[in-house]
Amino acid sequence: MMKFRRMKKSTRTSFFTYALVIVAFLVIQILRGTVGIGSLLEGQLIPICAYIVMAVSLNLVVGISGELSLGHAGFMSVGAFAGCSMANALQNVVAAEPVRLVIAILFGALMAALAGFLIGIPVLRLNGDYLAIVTLAFGEIIKTIVTNLYVGVDGNGLQASFVNDNTKLAEGGIALIKGPMGVSNAARISSFVAGFLLVMLTLIIVFNLVNSRAGRAIMATRDNRIAAESVGISVTKYKLMAFTVSAALAGAAGTLYGCSQITFAANKFDFNTSILILVFVVLGGLGNMWGSVIAAAALTILPEALRQFSDYRMLVYAIVLILVMLATNSPAIRSFFIRIFRREKDEDGPSRSMKKEAAK
Amino acid sequence: MKKLRILSLAMAAAMSVSLLAGCSNGTATTPEDDTTSTATGTAFKIGGTAPLTGDASIYGLAVQRGAQIAVDEINAEGGSIQFELKYEDDVNDPEKAVNAYNTLKDWGMQLSLGSVTTKPCESTSVYNFEDRIFALTPSASSTAVVEGKDNVYQMCFTDPNQGLASADYINSQGLGEKVFIIWKNDDVYSTGIKDTFMAEAEKLGLEVVGDATFATGNDQDFSVQLNQAKEAGADLLFLPMYYQPASLILAQADAMGYEPKFFGVDGMDGILTMEGFDASLAEGVMLLTPFNADATDDATVNFVTKYKELYGEVPNQFAADAYDCVYAYKLALETAGCTPDMTAEELCDKMIETFPTITFTGLTGDGDITWQTDGKVSKAPKGMVIQNGAYVGME
Amino acid sequence: MDFSSLLLGLLDNLVRGLSLGSVYAIIALGYTMVYGIAKMLNFAHGDVIMVGAYICFFATSTYGLPPVVGILLSMAVCTVLGIVIERLAYKPLRQAPSLAVLITAIGVSYFLQNAAQLLWTSSPKVFSSVVPKGDVSFFGGQLSVTYLTIVTIVVCVVIMLVLTFFTNKTKMGKAMRACSEDKGAAQLMGIDVNATISITFAIGSALAAIAGVLLCSAYPNLTPTTGSMPGIKAFTAAVFGGIGSIPGALLGGLLLGIIEIFAGSYISTQLSNAIVFGVLIIVLLVKPAGLLGKKIREKV
Repeated sequence: MMKFRRMKKSTRTSFFTYALVIVAFLVIQILRGTVGIGSLLEGQLIPICAYIVMAVSLNLVVGISGELSLGHAGFMSVGAFAGCSMANALQNVVAAEPVRLVIAILFGALMAALAGFLIGIPVLRLNGDYLAIVTLAFGEIIKTIVTNLYVGVDGNGLQASFVNDNTKLAEGGIALIKGPMGVSNAARISSFVAGFLLVMLTLIIVFNLVNSRAGRAIMATRDNRIAAESVGISVTKYKLMAFTVSAALAGAAGTLYGCSQITFAANKFDFNTSILILVFVVLGGLGNMWGSVIAAAALTILPEALRQFSDYRMLVYAIVLILVMLATNSPAIRSFFIRIFRREKDEDGPSRSMKKEAAK
Repeated sequence: MKKLRILSLAMAAAMSVSLLAGCSNGTATTPEDDTTSTATGTAFKIGGTAPLTGDASIYGLAVQRGAQIAVDEINAEGGSIQFELKYEDDVNDPEKAVNAYNTLKDWGMQLSLGSVTTKPCESTSVYNFEDRIFALTPSASSTAVVEGKDNVYQMCFTDPNQGLASADYINSQGLGEKVFIIWKNDDVYSTGIKDTFMAEAEKLGLEVVGDATFATGNDQDFSVQLNQAKEAGADLLFLPMYYQPASLILAQADAMGYEPKFFGVDGMDGILTMEGFDASLAEGVMLLTPFNADATDDATVNFVTKYKELYGEVPNQFAADAYDCVYAYKLALETAGCTPDMTAEELCDKMIETFPTITFTGLTGDGDITWQTDGKVSKAPKGMVIQNGAYVGME
Repeated sequence: MDFSSLLLGLLDNLVRGLSLGSVYAIIALGYTMVYGIAKMLNFAHGDVIMVGAYICFFATSTYGLPPVVGILLSMAVCTVLGIVIERLAYKPLRQAPSLAVLITAIGVSYFLQNAAQLLWTSSPKVFSSVVPKGDVSFFGGQLSVTYLTIVTIVVCVVIMLVLTFFTNKTKMGKAMRACSEDKGAAQLMGIDVNATISITFAIGSALAAIAGVLLCSAYPNLTPTTGSMPGIKAFTAAVFGGIGSIPGALLGGLLLGIIEIFAGSYISTQLSNAIVFGVLIIVLLVKPAGLLGKKIREKV
């Protein structure tokens, strides 16, 4: 315990987050093995993992790098389509499902990283709300492109066409992406264990990046661009680095998600999904990774848990969302809580200063 | 500050967990482990997923209401077959549909009404197949829904079937020389019908002069598509889509003074019941539909009256299909001699045996309805033309 | 196809683009007003449009009131709604990070959509146009412009001019600009910042009502989600023209409409959305603050 206290605050936070995820995973696995957790929660486990990865990766851009992105679902889309296409194309080549999943996730992450890199170059020249709208625009463009993309593979190799379906597949060919119909998976190869591992990997990557020299440079450019430039930090380079890593992780999450679904189409990854992920990040706290983890899990379960309200479900969800935002951000309500908790010393955690800076 | 955030998150988490617990407590009426679907022994538990909120909720709510009317009628009769119906919201999203399906499974669903919309049903039907819970979907019409699944059946026509029938009808009746198609390219329903229509038209020598598309989020302005049709000299517009965009197309064609013939499919049904719709715009529109709310037979009149009484609007074909689904289940269960204490899997086997053998007469279709072993329905569509704001049978 | 018909086709598309664009422009004007003064992206704006359209629909179709009364009524209701939303959801967050306000706005947007669905069901209502049907013909009937198009464009320009006059010449307008420049300094000069922001929301919401009525007159299907896509497009238009700039919103809206129609007519209807956003990106890369936006110099 003493040792734990002597650790740097950033290290402590990261260990706390790892522990949180591992404990949650173990508890769920034990419950699944013994009393069961019900079909509903069972079916949501993999999507929850995917949304956690999405939230943590977006937090890297919005919280750490300080850029508002409204098109994060676009990278999830790229990852889902690229990764699942790869998984389906390899269904007769690689028999072992975990191996196929790993290859698919790597490919999905790679393609999303490429998209993130290419999009990042122009986007990161802009600032504030202009940057936000351009990411929104790219998200919509990705959606439109994927909606019009037809890809198939057969004995003669890969075939692709755009806008109109001109792929003529030979006998035994596999239609990988069917334009607006999206992808129909041959097998659902994602598993909860894979989801857990991806969440852990994402946290490790993000924490190591944030606590490295590059991470400090990224935060410096966020806090004061001009000051950072004046000490020789290449703003574009570091912002691009955060953006690309975030896109790659989103792509991996997309593949994980896609491979857990029977079928999905491009319009799943629209503006509303981007916003949903952003809600996770803001609610969990900017720059606060474990906050993102909990917020993503809680807010994915919440609409399902509200089913007993039947018709009023989404209305209640909206009210909860507004109330939570007011409760955490309104000075009047906050001071009310502070009066209650006055005896406890208010810790000035790293997340707080970060959040304030990011808001500027 | 940080404490507060923890507190609020903990509150949110606690709230969702308690709600979740509340849910399962409320539905855990079965003494057994609630993951196995065993009934309470008095009524068959039927469940279905439908978009009850959001854009597609017009279809979901219609199905839920249609099915509820049938269930209430059957239960009021007090025969040996009694039903308990539960619909869960899927917001027309395959992921949410799986959640909704799992909620129903936890509830103890024995027989399923699948999903209302096609894409969600493609997902849930796979779970139906794996969990051995029989499904009869009122409205998910793509072939992918039933393909390769021995226990998933449809009450509606399959999409290719409609494209085929439409092309045959237009050709044999000589309705148009030059056909133009406007279709929705991110909709399985629309794409499926259009593809077979094109193929059949080519076979029949019916000239298709062009086609244009629209998509979700781009479905307000049709002037571009209509202009293309006009320039191509089309005298018949084929509209494989739901009535909402179709009503806009009719209005905009009227505004630009373009007056071709319009031919729709079953999704067009409902256009006359839209609040505020100028029925004169739809004058002369032809459509193939399984259901006619203006029909004068007792069953239809009874259903339409009840629906109007309860929900204040005229039921569309979705409601009628759902109503038929419940009665088809009743017939099949009676034929097979099933009892509510059977498990979902036992019922599933019985239903697979029974459905291809029964002949059902309901509100939809022209005459008898039968099923093939692959789950597809065979029933004759009704050709309708809109005259003076009402359907009139076409010859 | 000969040259004159090609030209006519171009003109026809231009008119349709202007018609669509002026609807975007009116919505964008509301966005820009609120953003310019309160510095927040009000994502619920699109849903206020929807509410405005519903109020007008019920007034004219269900209660048979004349269109003018319907419009005034819906403006009144939207103004009140705007002020209430601002008081309850945004005002407590005046000091909070802008992202928190953004998420709250999204919450309000969900709330309005779902409340509308519960109140008015999701079955689409067909809005009857508030402008009489008919058109004006040019070139011997080869090119026709509907009254609705003319009215929409005129209304749009008038609103733009009135707003420009209001913000530049009146005392209230000056107070708004002062708040936009520096809230703290404005307060020190004796300006009631909260009241000013409330009035901004009131004006923005009244504009939303007009936009809703005109939007649904042009595209008559009215559902609880009617406002969301035009809302996003109008937000894009506002940024396109330079967010915070009133003439910019008009220009951005019109250009967006024209590009959308031209892309659909001459390239592909499937890709028109992508092309619209592609052009937006290119414009922002060349002019990072939008077409008419002010470039803010960074303080060192």
